[in-house]
Amino acid sequence: MMHGLWLDIGPVTQIEPGSARTLPVVGGEEIAVFRTMRGEIYALVNKCPHKQGPLSQGIIHGDSVTCPLHNFRISLKTGEALGDDEGCTPTIPLKVDAGRIFLLREAVLGPVPAQQAA
Amino acid sequence: MNAQTGFEQAASTETRERLVVIGNGMAGCRAVEEILARDPHRFSITIFGAEPRVNYNRIMLSPVLAGEKTFDDIVLNTPEWYASNGIALVTGDPVVHIDREHRQVVSQSGHVEPFDKLLIATGSDPFVIPVPGKDLPGVVTFRDLDDVERMLSAADRGGSAVVIGGGLLGLEAAHGLSLRGMKVTVIHLMGTLMERQLDEAAGWLLKAELEKRGQTILTEANTDAILEKDGHVAGVRLNDGREIAADIVVMAVGIRPNTALAKAAGLDTERGIMVDDHMITSDPAILAVGECVQHRGTCYGLVAPLWEMCRALADKVTEKAPEGSGYAGSVTSTKLKVSGIDLFSAGDFTGGEGTEDIVMRDAARGVYKRVVLKDNRLIGAVLYGDTADGSWYFDLLKKEEDLSDIREALIFGQAFASGGALGDPNAAVAALSDDAEICGCNGVSKGQVVDTIKAGACSLAAVRSQCKASASCGSCTGLVESLLALTLGEDVQEGPKTLCGCTSFTHDDVRRLILEKELKAIPEVMQELHWESPEGCASCRPALNYYLLCAWPGEYEDDQKSRYVNERLHANIQKDGTYSVVPRMWGGITNPQELRAIADVVEKYNAPMVKVTGGQRLDIFGIRKEDLPSVWADLNAAGMVSGHAYGKSLRTVKTCVGSEWCRFGTQDSTGLGVKLERMTWGSWMPHKFKIAVSGCPRNCAEATIKDFGVVCVDSGYELHVGGNGGMKLRGTDLLCKVATEQEVMDVCAAFTQLYREQAHYLERTAPWIERVGLESVKAQLFDDSEAVKWLAGRFRYSQQFMQDDPWEKRAAGDRNDLHAHLGEVRPLLLENA
Ligand SMILES: Cc1cc2nc3c(=O)[nH]c(=O)nc-3n(C[C@H](O)[C@H](O)[C@H](O)COP(=O)(O)OP(=O)(O)OC[C@H]3O[C@@H](n4cnc5c(N)ncnc54)[C@H](O)[C@@H]3O)c2cc1C
Ligand code: HEM
Ligand code: SF4
Ligand code: FES
Repeated sequence: MMHGLWLDIGPVTQIEPGSARTLPVVGGEEIAVFRTMRGEIYALVNKCPHKQGPLSQGIIHGDSVTCPLHNFRISLKTGEALGDDEGCTPTIPLKVDAGRIFLLREAVLGPVPAQQAA
Repeated sequence: MNAQTGFEQAASTETRERLVVIGNGMAGCRAVEEILARDPHRFSITIFGAEPRVNYNRIMLSPVLAGEKTFDDIVLNTPEWYASNGIALVTGDPVVHIDREHRQVVSQSGHVEPFDKLLIATGSDPFVIPVPGKDLPGVVTFRDLDDVERMLSAADRGGSAVVIGGGLLGLEAAHGLSLRGMKVTVIHLMGTLMERQLDEAAGWLLKAELEKRGQTILTEANTDAILEKDGHVAGVRLNDGREIAADIVVMAVGIRPNTALAKAAGLDTERGIMVDDHMITSDPAILAVGECVQHRGTCYGLVAPLWEMCRALADKVTEKAPEGSGYAGSVTSTKLKVSGIDLFSAGDFTGGEGTEDIVMRDAARGVYKRVVLKDNRLIGAVLYGDTADGSWYFDLLKKEEDLSDIREALIFGQAFASGGALGDPNAAVAALSDDAEICGCNGVSKGQVVDTIKAGACSLAAVRSQCKASASCGSCTGLVESLLALTLGEDVQEGPKTLCGCTSFTHDDVRRLILEKELKAIPEVMQELHWESPEGCASCRPALNYYLLCAWPGEYEDDQKSRYVNERLHANIQKDGTYSVVPRMWGGITNPQELRAIADVVEKYNAPMVKVTGGQRLDIFGIRKEDLPSVWADLNAAGMVSGHAYGKSLRTVKTCVGSEWCRFGTQDSTGLGVKLERMTWGSWMPHKFKIAVSGCPRNCAEATIKDFGVVCVDSGYELHVGGNGGMKLRGTDLLCKVATEQEVMDVCAAFTQLYREQAHYLERTAPWIERVGLESVKAQLFDDSEAVKWLAGRFRYSQQFMQDDPWEKRAAGDRNDLHAHLGEVRPLLLENA
């Protein structure tokens, strides 16, 4: 189990199964939140390891997404490029509780400054 | 209410350690049974139960609801059991407080019970979605006998029921209510029923079967509110505005571990009550077991894990636990308890790298089987229609054995895999007799297939076309391939390319079978044609979406999930992830109002570039996806619609100025171009499709490198087809010459439709014509004098459904989820808040 602070980014139902939505981070990398056809939720930095294509806009099948720019296939579980391609996109640890999605704050924004970590 | 069985025995055993159990349910009672089996005299035991009855088998509530069992049939522990084991049972009186300091619990009625060891087994609470009307009379959950009784009394009055939630519990409730005579609608948020246990393919089969039984299944349906009439529930409203009448609403959307007491007592809880491998909580005197706990990060919602938990717990509290023992977590499997539906699922079947799917489908028997392997070990299985091998797969899964030896035969089940055919399907096929049936659809025997091969059919495709074996559903493809290998050895020839790695069928096969078998949905095509992957891939999904759209205009609902980004967002993605927007300019003609609107958009959204495209219109670059709907609203307001510069569809009709201005012009090329564009815009195609009209053979509109090009001449119009620029330049072929504009329009519609119906997805007109031959195209259009009329008719029919501006709907807010961000993370503001 992952410990730390979690950011509530709202209900699972905001994302249609088989699609993805985006979460810009001021001063950080935009995050893509995917919901597979089977209902699993994954979050990745919204950048293909090839040439930074927005993975959120690809076609999702099983638990991978095909990049809209040059068809790299990226695993939603690990962020790694599948098949013959190479490269890896960072994943964001996440949990779903009572129908809401939580992202690990540290992975979104970096470590909490010391005086604020209660 | 406070039935206190065996209280006297309890009083006489004061010297024993006092064990108090909160929760008289499946886990609590099983834990007590396990403890008694190890050491019957160790504890004096008191059990508190919130329900006013003895412990029963909760999972059998479904058969009780369905009328297949009575309550007496499902009782697990009778009053005599409690009495003879000296257990004090307090029913109908929930514990409301755990006092850790004084080591005692307090019940609702004020009963105080001291303990030396406390066991929390409070199970879960049904999750109730927070919508208006959720507390109305007639809204019930499905957890205990009282819920079942509420449902039965509603069913007695007849009428209709809505079940919210298409998981295991919801479907069992729906089944029961429907057997009791109610008209049942299931509302499910996801696209797939039981999506946690089933993949899309199996979920689709299940849905089809339930619908056949008269239930209405609404997937991707989101409840907005529960409606009221005269103080009672009257129906449900979905967020798309649909309303469904109901006399009873069952909420079965999930469960939540019941941790309230533990949390209030200051025990460590997350989703559930945190326990170690012997079910001990953060307080060593307090144990917890069942659905209320969280063990190694997991909360369970099935009974099998409880049995193992209870054993580990009993070992420990009776001090009989062997060194290094304990509960290590469970792999679970699921069966749906709906009579006549066989469904089994276990383990992890989400796929992913390093995993391998083996799929077998038998459309005739309605069977779908899928096993998932990783490193040659079974990690997941989904079976629908034939679950005979479920327990065998589950066993293999738990044993984690290396299955390389039986891999090839694994999907055929235990009987086959453990028979003589280990590892070599060819051997099994060789052993078949000559009259064994290979292809059930077309009744072809092994002997006939072998004869066909010996007579010269050297590839799968040749066998299919010559004796029809495996030409219909494809489930016997593997057998035919084995026969080819056995008969010809090295000389088997590769057939034509298949649509993609997910199928053994070619594009042509798939298109033909969609029509022949009247397949009308992507999962249906995949099931009936024995797709080898569960959800298809990024190649076949868009192809199937197009083929279905072309085959069933007006009937098939476009699947946005199977569209490439450009077609999903109706704009062209650029390398920096922004989009370019190209509004339609009919025939390349524009006016000050349009130009002004474009100029305003460029300024308002800071578009870094506007460019004149090669297709005679303007392209606005650098628009962000979240701004697209408002850009479109502005362009719509000036009368402009989508230019489909992003689509496998008609792009533009390029024109020259023609007879209206040009001194060489022979006909009104501009006017004709506008007419052609008005006729063809919005049509989805196998690939992009471009048209041009030049006013004389000087051909300023470059019509002879277009998919359909018109060159005007004095006596009429020359129609050219199959040209393109691009990496492999191809000039057009002359198709025919006609005299009137009407004929141009008709031939254009007919040719376009022929291309739409026959080309492979992502094949432009040039390679299509080279593949089938210009003569064949001409013959199909002109040999039969009615052909142009029929084809053009089909094109125009389909256009009725295609010609609505996709931008307008989006600008009005449709599918805003495709454009809007979920939100934005602003670190400073958040931290100061
Ligand atoms: C309709 C239905 C069908 C199911 N079908 C299956 C199936 O096919 N297969 C499968 O594996 N699982 C199935 N399950 C799940 C299975 O029943 C549960 O996993 C199992 O009952 C969990 O046992 P438990 O003891 O943790 O919780 P429960 O059996 O719910 O027992 C908890 C008990 O604690 C009581 N309680 C709660 N709070 C207090 C309190 N403060 N004081 C006193 N008492 C309290 C509750 O009233 C309840 O009686 C089904 C469940 C339902 C409802
Ligand atoms: C895979 C290859 C191709 C890609 C990715 C591609 C991409 C694009 C894009 C993004 C546009 C949008 C408008 C613009 O940029 O001006 C466009 C327009 C255009 N392309 Fe291509 N193109 C491809 C191949 C071709 C080929 C082969 C031809 C010639 C036959 C061609 C001719 C044109 C023309 C004429 C336009 C303007 C169309 C209009 O106004 O709608 N393109 N292309
Ligand atoms: S194609 Fe002929 S009619 Fe059209 S502009 Fe050129 S010269 Fe004039
Ligand atoms: S940027 Fe993703 S494949 Fe090129």
